[in-house]
Amino acid sequence: MIKAVMGRFSGRSHSAKPPRVGPMLAPNRIETGPDSSRGVILYLEDITVSFDGFRALNALTLYIEVGELRCIIGPNGAGKTTMMDVITGKTRPDTGSAWFGQTLDLLALTEPEIAQAGIGRKFQKPTVFEHHTVFENLELAMAGDKSVWKWLYARITPAELEHIEQVLETVRLTERRDERAGALSHGQKQWLEIGMLLIQEPQLLLVDEPVAGMTPQEVERTAELLASLAGRHSVIVVEHDMEFVRSIARQVTVLHEGSVLAQGSIDEVQSNARVREVYLGV
Amino acid sequence: MDAMTIGPRNRLIAALRADRGGQWFLAVLLATGVLAPLLNLAVPPSSALHLSSYTVTLIGKYMTYAMLAIAVDLIWGYCGILSLGHGAFFALGGYAIGMYLMREIGTRGVYGDPVLPDFMVFLNWKQLPWFWYGFNHFAFAALMVVVVPGLLALVFGFLAFRSRVSGVYLSIITQALTYALMLAFFRNDMGFGGNNGFTDFKDILGFNLQAPGTRMALFLVTVLALGGSYLLCRCIVASRAGRVIAAIRDAESRARFLGYRVESYKLWVFVFSAVLAGIAGALYVPQIGIINPSEFSPANSIEIVIWVAIGGRGTLYGAVVGALLVNYAKTYFTAALPSMWLYALGALFVLVPLFLPRGVVGAVTQLRSRMIGAGATS
Amino acid sequence: MPQLLQQLPDASYADKQTLIKQLAATHDPRVRVVLNALLEGNLYARSSDHQVFITRADGDNLALTDPLTAAPAGTASSDGLTRIGVNNQLRKTLRVALAQFDLSSPDAGVRREAVREMLRAVDAQTVEVLRGRLHEEQDKGVRADIRDGLALADLDSGDADTRLAAVKTLAGSLNLDVYNRLSSMVEQASDGSYGESDPRVRAAAQSSIRAINRWRIFYSGIQTLLFGLSQGSVLVLAAIGLAITFGVMGVINMAHGELMMLGAYTTYVVQLLMPQHIGASILVAIPAAFLVSGLAGIAIERTIVRHLYGRPLETLLATFGLSLVLQQAVRDIFSANNRPVQSPEWISGQLQINQALSITYNRLYIIVFTFVLFLVLLQVLKRTRLGLEVRAVAQNRAMAKAMGIRTEWVDALTFGLGSGIAGIAGVALSQLTNVGPNLGQSYIVDSFMVVVFGGVGNLWGTELGGNALGIVNKLLEPYSGAVLAKIFVLVFLILFIQRRPRGLFPQKGRAADG
Repeated sequence: MIKAVMGRFSGRSHSAKPPRVGPMLAPNRIETGPDSSRGVILYLEDITVSFDGFRALNALTLYIEVGELRCIIGPNGAGKTTMMDVITGKTRPDTGSAWFGQTLDLLALTEPEIAQAGIGRKFQKPTVFEHHTVFENLELAMAGDKSVWKWLYARITPAELEHIEQVLETVRLTERRDERAGALSHGQKQWLEIGMLLIQEPQLLLVDEPVAGMTPQEVERTAELLASLAGRHSVIVVEHDMEFVRSIARQVTVLHEGSVLAQGSIDEVQSNARVREVYLGV
Repeated sequence: MDAMTIGPRNRLIAALRADRGGQWFLAVLLATGVLAPLLNLAVPPSSALHLSSYTVTLIGKYMTYAMLAIAVDLIWGYCGILSLGHGAFFALGGYAIGMYLMREIGTRGVYGDPVLPDFMVFLNWKQLPWFWYGFNHFAFAALMVVVVPGLLALVFGFLAFRSRVSGVYLSIITQALTYALMLAFFRNDMGFGGNNGFTDFKDILGFNLQAPGTRMALFLVTVLALGGSYLLCRCIVASRAGRVIAAIRDAESRARFLGYRVESYKLWVFVFSAVLAGIAGALYVPQIGIINPSEFSPANSIEIVIWVAIGGRGTLYGAVVGALLVNYAKTYFTAALPSMWLYALGALFVLVPLFLPRGVVGAVTQLRSRMIGAGATS
Repeated sequence: MPQLLQQLPDASYADKQTLIKQLAATHDPRVRVVLNALLEGNLYARSSDHQVFITRADGDNLALTDPLTAAPAGTASSDGLTRIGVNNQLRKTLRVALAQFDLSSPDAGVRREAVREMLRAVDAQTVEVLRGRLHEEQDKGVRADIRDGLALADLDSGDADTRLAAVKTLAGSLNLDVYNRLSSMVEQASDGSYGESDPRVRAAAQSSIRAINRWRIFYSGIQTLLFGLSQGSVLVLAAIGLAITFGVMGVINMAHGELMMLGAYTTYVVQLLMPQHIGASILVAIPAAFLVSGLAGIAIERTIVRHLYGRPLETLLATFGLSLVLQQAVRDIFSANNRPVQSPEWISGQLQINQALSITYNRLYIIVFTFVLFLVLLQVLKRTRLGLEVRAVAQNRAMAKAMGIRTEWVDALTFGLGSGIAGIAGVALSQLTNVGPNLGQSYIVDSFMVVVFGGVGNLWGTELGGNALGIVNKLLEPYSGAVLAKIFVLVFLILFIQRRPRGLFPQKGRAADG
């Protein structure tokens, strides 16, 4: 089954090959992962989405490089969540194009196909399967062929089991593995969801407000975790907590009214006059 | 149970072991399957212990209902799809076997036509419509019991799930589906006996349907079918696919973003459940001896849902308990206090969602764990 | 006139002919009564003094009326009276004479009947009279009848040009006689001859028939449209209350049909309470039904629905149970049989627009009534404080609460409003269908489908969707029969909702994405 059991997410090993979600996906349309040979994993070009005349995204253009950790900030209604919806196939844009690597046209794929191709998403509100145990949540999230017929007979393999145990440890939920996910604290749910993202082995992670409702220790731990992912995965983090952004970000993009207002390091962005105007009204 | 210590291969067995309610149910079912033939056939009618054929038929009917309830629980309790049209699949299965039973009557009908059933002679039809071909063979009819409801569920479900019709919208169109079928089957031109449906069956596979032996055989087949469907459904919900199905119920879009093709899962469960309902209908008709379009009525389908709700959805055996409870109450009330039945049924509909959201089974479990908890602390 | 009357008993049939014409020429309104009595054989002469009386059977005797004063003149045995006889020839004359009288009646209906009567026996004199009338006549319908009649008479003329002119005049007529007559003109008999000898006239008749057919198709199209609209209006009526409870609040109320049933029974009770005023009973029943069903709705919301917000499937089950209870309650209170609800006179009868197009008043009223109700509802939601709060709660409950709106109160009132509308719909339905315990049940599937078809949360969608479905249904009916048409519409709806789950007029935006 899954041959490459992922290592612990402690080191930033650039050498690790991105996991291919390859030939196991026979029934799916996506036969291969993205071709990111040009060093860019995600191309969003000229994307416009409007709801009843209101433009949630306005000719948004954004590129994410392989292994990059990008923070996206912006006031409410700037289009952050809509952008994620477009990338994951939930919302179809009116115009524009979205490519995953060189070859995968995201606009032509369904949500599960996009997920199978290697884009994982963590929702703003932690969304785990509350009636399932922590272990089962991770089992459900695990990469692989997810067709009905296979899943009816499939048993969990020792390799998969080991993989789950590793992720459990990474997100520090080993002790609670057989508890119902609904019984976890808010912060633990956030982590479980991050764990579900990790075990999915995506090449691109979309993380929406990962530290909302976390204690300072949990925030610190999350920052560490996300930072450790960069390099091996590409990560897009949407966050309001500027402290947190500062602690992890190298590149920050500011969205405003559906398009990019500014981009650069956190210091550049914070000193940008227009950003100050939008954020602080000065 | 710790999945690690029992090892990955034994999770199904562990799940079956943990299913206390199911074990009880299967034990009772087994006892019924052994005792009923003894008390009905071996004990003389004069004895107080004798089980009348009427009672045997009644229990047989309840068991087909229980099977139907399991089918509904599988999609509603585990996959969150509330079908208000499952009676349609039940009725279609019943009609399929009814067509075979009608052909079996042969020349013994009132008009004595060797090929045409009485109602066709009555309507002055000269030949058998094409869709009646093949129903003189039991095997073909049995195949249709599975194929017709399955195919309808496949087409309907494919269209509905693909367009992401869900929640109450799906409930409403399933209701419209069974309503449209009811109107259609009421028409004489459809070739299914109009509002009289099919009745006056003579025999099945050459055995007289009125004979106690035949009735007992049908009863035992129903026992096996009910037990089999229970075990099959239990295995499904305990499988990885079963966990995916429940995950879809709880957080559909999460499942989608994890790469599950939610539509295929839903479609698969829906079709399976429809087939189960069809088989239940096919077992119902020869025992009861009649099938008519009122089986399609939307109210019938909603009633099935309330059996499941009362028993406790998402437990499978709860659905069985609910079906038995409600139908026993129905038999009792409609004989003893006819006008009270609808009040009672109505009250059940209102009170169960309000006060017993997890049904009888849920309430009992809760009560027990509370008592155990109280025992532990004292 | 008295002298003319005096001569009548003893006159010969030939004399009577003249006398009748002279009497008619007096234009005395009393004459009409006399002539009518003569025609019906109720005009007698007293043997003793030759005095003429109008009679009416009164047991074995005859009640007498003086034709001149219209005063009763006691009763007499038929022995002392002689009936003034008429023959067929005279009857014809009498009818024409009466018709001439009626031709100047202020009632267009009477004039119309008179024209028809006169055209049965056309002669030079009637043609003269009718021609004269054609110039004075104000009413379009009567004028068309006169014109058609005269043209029909002209068709018998020996002059081909007159016939030709007549055929052309008849091109716009929808009269069935005209159509049959023209058809017979162009028909070829077995010997190869035509009903009309002149080929020019025949060609004109052909084209007139074509024109008539075009008009008939046009009017039957309008008729279907109107029938469809009226059926659609019934759907809209049943659905519009639901559009509020389901569309605005998101509550599935399976007892909605039973709230309509309550409205219909309210009409029945109101009529029991005021048996003398059936005409006004409907007007009383409308607010009464609104109150009864509205209060029932508020009670349902407060006791059941409120506890199940956010659990739509459970709400569905609970309200279905309620519908069973309500049906059984009505069965126990009023019996399981249908209750007779009377229609006031102003609702029965039909509006005859022309010979090809008529519509019963109840259909017409239902279209108008539904539309008015819809507009009122729209305005209530748009302009009133309640409407504002309802919309606010529907859009963002938490925010509405924060703004100080008492959301619980709004919920109850919204549900009450939707239920009250169902009650009003019940009043209207009581005029169209049987009032029985199952009245509501038969509409529930349809009305949910209409709401979903139109687009949930959109009143306009419900209005247009319901009417569109009604029209489609009526268009299908001639080809497939009523039941099959209904099945087709249901199947269409199922497929439509699967194609476009958000209906005809979907709500867009982030709020709808949930």
